Amino acid sequence: MLKLEHLAWELPDGEGIIKDVDLTVQDGKLIVVTGPNGGGKTTLAKLIAGLETPSKGRIAFDGKDITKMDVTERAQNGIAYAFQQPVRFKGLTVRDILELAAGGSLDESELCGLLGKVGLCASEYMNRELTAALSGGEIKRIEIATVLARKGKLSIFDEPEAGIDLWSFSRLVETFEDLRRQGSGTLLVISHQERILSIADEIVVIADGKVRAAGPREEILPTLLADEKAAICPLGREDVSI
Amino acid sequence: MNSITEKLLGIVSDFKGSFQGAFNIRENGQCAGRQSSPNIHIESKTDKPGIDIHVLPGTKGETVYIPACVTHGDVDDLVYNDFFIGKNADVRIVAGCGVHTDSEEEARHNGIHRFFLEKGARVVYEEKHVGTGKGTGAKRIDPVTEVTLDEDSYLEMDTVQLGGVDSTMRKTSGVLGARAKLIVRERIMTDGEETAKTDFKVTLKGEDSGVDLMSRSVAKGHSHQEFISSIRGENRCTGHSECDAILVDGGTVGAAPMLEAYHVDAALIHEAAIGKIAGEQILKLRTLGLTEEEAQEKIIAGFLK
Repeated sequence: MLKLEHLAWELPDGEGIIKDVDLTVQDGKLIVVTGPNGGGKTTLAKLIAGLETPSKGRIAFDGKDITKMDVTERAQNGIAYAFQQPVRFKGLTVRDILELAAGGSLDESELCGLLGKVGLCASEYMNRELTAALSGGEIKRIEIATVLARKGKLSIFDEPEAGIDLWSFSRLVETFEDLRRQGSGTLLVISHQERILSIADEIVVIADGKVRAAGPREEILPTLLADEKAAICPLGREDVSI
Repeated sequence: MNSITEKLLGIVSDFKGSFQGAFNIRENGQCAGRQSSPNIHIESKTDKPGIDIHVLPGTKGETVYIPACVTHGDVDDLVYNDFFIGKNADVRIVAGCGVHTDSEEEARHNGIHRFFLEKGARVVYEEKHVGTGKGTGAKRIDPVTEVTLDEDSYLEMDTVQLGGVDSTMRKTSGVLGARAKLIVRERIMTDGEETAKTDFKVTLKGEDSGVDLMSRSVAKGHSHQEFISSIRGENRCTGHSECDAILVDGGTVGAAPMLEAYHVDAALIHEAAIGKIAGEQILKLRTLGLTEEEAQEKIIAGFLK
């Protein structure tokens, strides 16, 4: 179980990005975090993975207080994180990064399995370097595959759909469904995509650094769609006239 | 052959107690073993130290080993090796060099290698350099490689210096005929007070000739590296050079590329990037469970692979 208590984080100039967030995520669920751009979703994910340190509050995972653990310790404790904008490496190949993620060597069928889940062919990609020669969509899918390779207790995907073509996206949605069906840990996916929202167990709406709504998909999703039809400002501050 | 030579040979070449096919082992300026093959003839030079290697036209799939080792201080080895690669031959040449000293005296190897590729010949040339030993004497390797490529020939040079060499000055030059291709991949790591300088000079004389120079280096400690390249296009041709360097601790690197186009259809490009390891790269590997130190090691090892 992941538990966030009174979590807060500010920019160096003091502007609050995450403001007193309380959230509990049960094991084995597919949680989709959504909300307007700039609302604090990515920062929240980074706070959970340890890429940022909260200014206030507490993070507990699997019964342990991990607030003071660094990125490495959190990773070693089963938290995996897929960057929204993946990093490139001159010299490291797709095979190298997947083996680092898996914590050991992978044979071709295992590489095929991992890359197939993101719509890539292992024989074509495994020896390619993670350089600018790979397109944005390719590097993004490899990034997602690194998180799948980790088999984490909690896997966080920050906007996995960004930059991915329609066909690969469909494959990705199937992969999330498979993972949930197999009970492969907890999945926390930041997304705006209706297809991802529609497979969530629970939806959390983050806006203006706070949890605006959280609950089962059946409860939250209709309100999101209703909001859209009513042309309400996503920040919820004012009605928008059209 | 002494035990240090055997150890050095294991590092710089495929040596596992013996070589298959043609080889020449040089140890402290002397020949420590030689074998020709039916298609590859190795002979001593008569006018200066060194050997001539003749690969007969049409020879395919053979490997020639010509490693050189200096195993103690107070040796300044200078050798001239000339390779004559016959028409349409396709061979691999492994020419590693190891220098070792446990004394205060300098150990130096200076190999001057000249390659003459006839029409349609293909060569993969591998050169690995290493310095070992606890002596304070400087370990120096100063290779000179001169390449003359006839029409439709191809030479791929893969050169690596992994550490322990106090000072190196590496000069590589080439003249390319029509449709000839030269590929050079260089990887250098320096540490402590080591210095490494590489100097490439390639002239693209023939129509549709091409060169691709790729240098990756890591400068650690207080070491210093310099990369100088000059590509001169005298015909319709393509030239590309790329210098990527990672700085660690107080390491420093200078890169000075030069491109000279003397033909309207000469297409020449240079790319250079020097800097420390990007923080995001370290962070990504830490999210996979590696410590900061492990992440840095993996990034450097991959970069120099």
